[in-house]
Amino acid sequence: MVMGDLVREVDVVVVGGGPGGYSAAFRCAELGLETVVVDAGKRLGGACLYEGCIPSKALLHVAAVVHEVERARDIGLSYGEPKISLPQLRAWMDDRVVTKLARGLAGVARSRGVEVIGGRAVFEDSRGLRVEGDEPQKIRFKHAVIATGSLPAGLPGFPDAGARVMDSTGALALPDVPERLLVVGGGYIGLELGTVYAALGSQVTLVEMTDGLLPGVDRDLVQPLARRIDKLFAAVHLKTRVTAMREVGARVEAEIEGHGAQSFDRALVAVGRRAQSAGLGLEATRVHVDARGVIPVDDRCKTSDPHIYAVGDVTGEPMLAHRAMRQGKVAAEVIGGRPAAFDNAAVPAVVFTDPEVAWCGLTEREAKQSNQPVKVARFSWAASGRAATLGRSDGLTKLIVDHDSGRVLGVGVVGPGAGELIAEGTLAVETAALVEDLAATIHAHPTLAESFMEAAQSLLIEPLH
Amino acid sequence: MGRPFVLPDLGEGLTEAEVVAVLVHEGDVIAEDAPLLAVETDKAQVEIPSPIGGRVETIHVAPGQTVQVGAVLVTFADAAAAGAAAPAPSAPRPAPSRPVEPGPARAGGAVPATPATRRLGRELGIDLRAVQGTGRGGRVTDDDVRSAAGAGARGSAPAASAAAPPRARPAKPLSRAGAELPPLPRFEQWGPVERAPLSHLRRTIAERMALSASVVPHVTHFDRADITELDALVRGNLDAARARGVPLTLTSFLLKAAALALAAHPQFNASLDDAAGELILKRYYHLGIAVATDRGLIVPVIRDVDRKPLLEVARELAGLAQRVRDGKAALDDLRGGTFTVTNIGALGGTGAIPIINYPEVAILAVARAREEAVVRDGRIVVRLLLPLTLTFDHRVADGADGARFAAEIVRLLEHPDQLRLEL
Repeated sequence: MVMGDLVREVDVVVVGGGPGGYSAAFRCAELGLETVVVDAGKRLGGACLYEGCIPSKALLHVAAVVHEVERARDIGLSYGEPKISLPQLRAWMDDRVVTKLARGLAGVARSRGVEVIGGRAVFEDSRGLRVEGDEPQKIRFKHAVIATGSLPAGLPGFPDAGARVMDSTGALALPDVPERLLVVGGGYIGLELGTVYAALGSQVTLVEMTDGLLPGVDRDLVQPLARRIDKLFAAVHLKTRVTAMREVGARVEAEIEGHGAQSFDRALVAVGRRAQSAGLGLEATRVHVDARGVIPVDDRCKTSDPHIYAVGDVTGEPMLAHRAMRQGKVAAEVIGGRPAAFDNAAVPAVVFTDPEVAWCGLTEREAKQSNQPVKVARFSWAASGRAATLGRSDGLTKLIVDHDSGRVLGVGVVGPGAGELIAEGTLAVETAALVEDLAATIHAHPTLAESFMEAAQSLLIEPLH
Repeated sequence: MGRPFVLPDLGEGLTEAEVVAVLVHEGDVIAEDAPLLAVETDKAQVEIPSPIGGRVETIHVAPGQTVQVGAVLVTFADAAAAGAAAPAPSAPRPAPSRPVEPGPARAGGAVPATPATRRLGRELGIDLRAVQGTGRGGRVTDDDVRSAAGAGARGSAPAASAAAPPRARPAKPLSRAGAELPPLPRFEQWGPVERAPLSHLRRTIAERMALSASVVPHVTHFDRADITELDALVRGNLDAARARGVPLTLTSFLLKAAALALAAHPQFNASLDDAAGELILKRYYHLGIAVATDRGLIVPVIRDVDRKPLLEVARELAGLAQRVRDGKAALDDLRGGTFTVTNIGALGGTGAIPIINYPEVAILAVARAREEAVVRDGRIVVRLLLPLTLTFDHRVADGADGARFAAEIVRLLEHPDQLRLEL
């Protein structure tokens, strides 16, 4: 038999083994559907586990420890200068973090009977695809879920990621600690990885095209982080472009608008991610793909082809793993005939810098732009007992509340632990809680979470005449 | 290590079943598809076949017990059969197919309700944006959703989760009317009374009939068919059919005539989605036939009656009726109907006005055929006349439509050569 003739028939084929893909596959299997995953790396976890969320958070933990130790000097506790062993750090990150989690996912797949096939999937029509690579075969499916994710976007006219000009994937491989690092892009990836390298000892120069870090986020949430980044990085150039960049020997020469030619040991280009839908053979299906490579889906995660669903980054912004996971579950349940929909009111966003910035739901900026009548409550952590004991009074918790009903429409937090704290805010927005609900819920004392209760309370106080 | 077998999703919104009998013993080695349990659901008594072959290790339920979907019924000793780890699920229903508007996924969520309430809305087919929230801050509560769905929507709700056909244009929900029953008087004041709990089936019939009678504006049309020739045809073929193991009955001809007439009058082979303000026209003709059993009325369904030869319809009808009377019908025998036929002829009477088997929109009742004196070409002749009663949902069709549909059934019965008999 010719290998290419092998046709496998399944209920569901999931293309891509990232968080969206494995969430869809596991839920499909739970619902009793025969499900296979086709993944180019024959593994589950995707960019999130291997070159994104997880390794970057492992490195940010290292940065947090370094910074905590530095701060400890102010309260009379010193350990001397940190000594960093890169090989040991890399081994910890690879073996104890990434590999451990990968084993866990593989185990779940085994226990649910989800087979992971290695190779590149190319659709041949709306009911079939072929797998190219080490395990060539044809798969006939009743339903397909496209979960091919995204790739780091490059800068037009700039060299591709190479030895010295890195994308986020390259930077997370931690090749060395460059003395001078240029970071292009002041979004969350540039700030997180810039923070890691700065903690490890690099002098970081950040260049951002717009007039502020984290474009789109409320300025009062960004401000404490911006102040910290100003101290941590060697230079932050806003409203500035890098007009040229090239690798010269072991250097990266960059032309920075208004700051002339500068030389760096490495550069990190972090200007966003783009949907990865090319090469999937979608022209043989009825799946619509837009000019940016994004596959539009409805709230059931259905594409314009009735047999094909799409979840995660390939469906566009916000490109976040937890959104992909929720979409994956929705797609699986819809395939399983259940009345699921991706109708979430809040997708939390977290920037794992120091301090962390997190928000969900409506932002103050969006409310202003759309003339939506809201009340905004801010609680500065300067008044928080717990923040004082941590030596971190630079935080802020804010609520964006519907003016008439008192419903919590959006929440923002900046400060250490904001990424964990935002969960309460997300729950409040998702369940349409009122400020009074937050104010009347007992929060443990002393904790940073009390700031939600305090902010809510501030909106309930009758004005004094 | 054992393999648990759970009560599978029974479909049609059924969430629980009462165990009537356990048909295996612990330690039994049984084959795949062998009957495992008999359960009674809101719809009927059904046998649940074993999803795998193997040895029954533990039985977790006993007769009389009510079990929820997903509850473990039986644990099998580790079976050799590969791929049997998961309980056999109900066949995946086709997913909703709505036109996709190009554009990024909508974060949505403008409706103030918890995710669980929003899910309830989808289950009941209620668009929460059209529901006035009574919770604090305008929050839409579960109760709001349930009352929007109508008091009796419990049994018929999951229609929303099955295939949602593409919509030609936007539609909006109809408003609903409902009435609270006044409390019963104390009957004891007039004499001794006894209270008997309703059986599962009786309760279901009660709920469904009350729902249909209170929600659907019924209109009934009467007609009579001259079946003298059809009767001769049936009698003339009885032996030939019996030789092929098929008891030929008038009812199978009725089913066939109804299916063919439905194809010409599709609004009677439909359901009204009043939440969406749309008529759902079904492109299949699965006919229910009312069967009286000692436990109550059960309506098994014969699929694709329009496409099956008459003998096949007759054969299925006989087998189905027997299975239903024996309490051995499979769940699939009892669902998916698009129109119901009830033949009360055997029990006498001159006619009956049936209640629609909601969410269907029409039902045909026939009474006993009688020889009558009929005037033909100025002379009195004896003809065999069959009284027909068509009850239909006036929201969906008008009197003239009903008259035409009934006339088509009459015409087919009077011209059996046009029934595409393929005896």
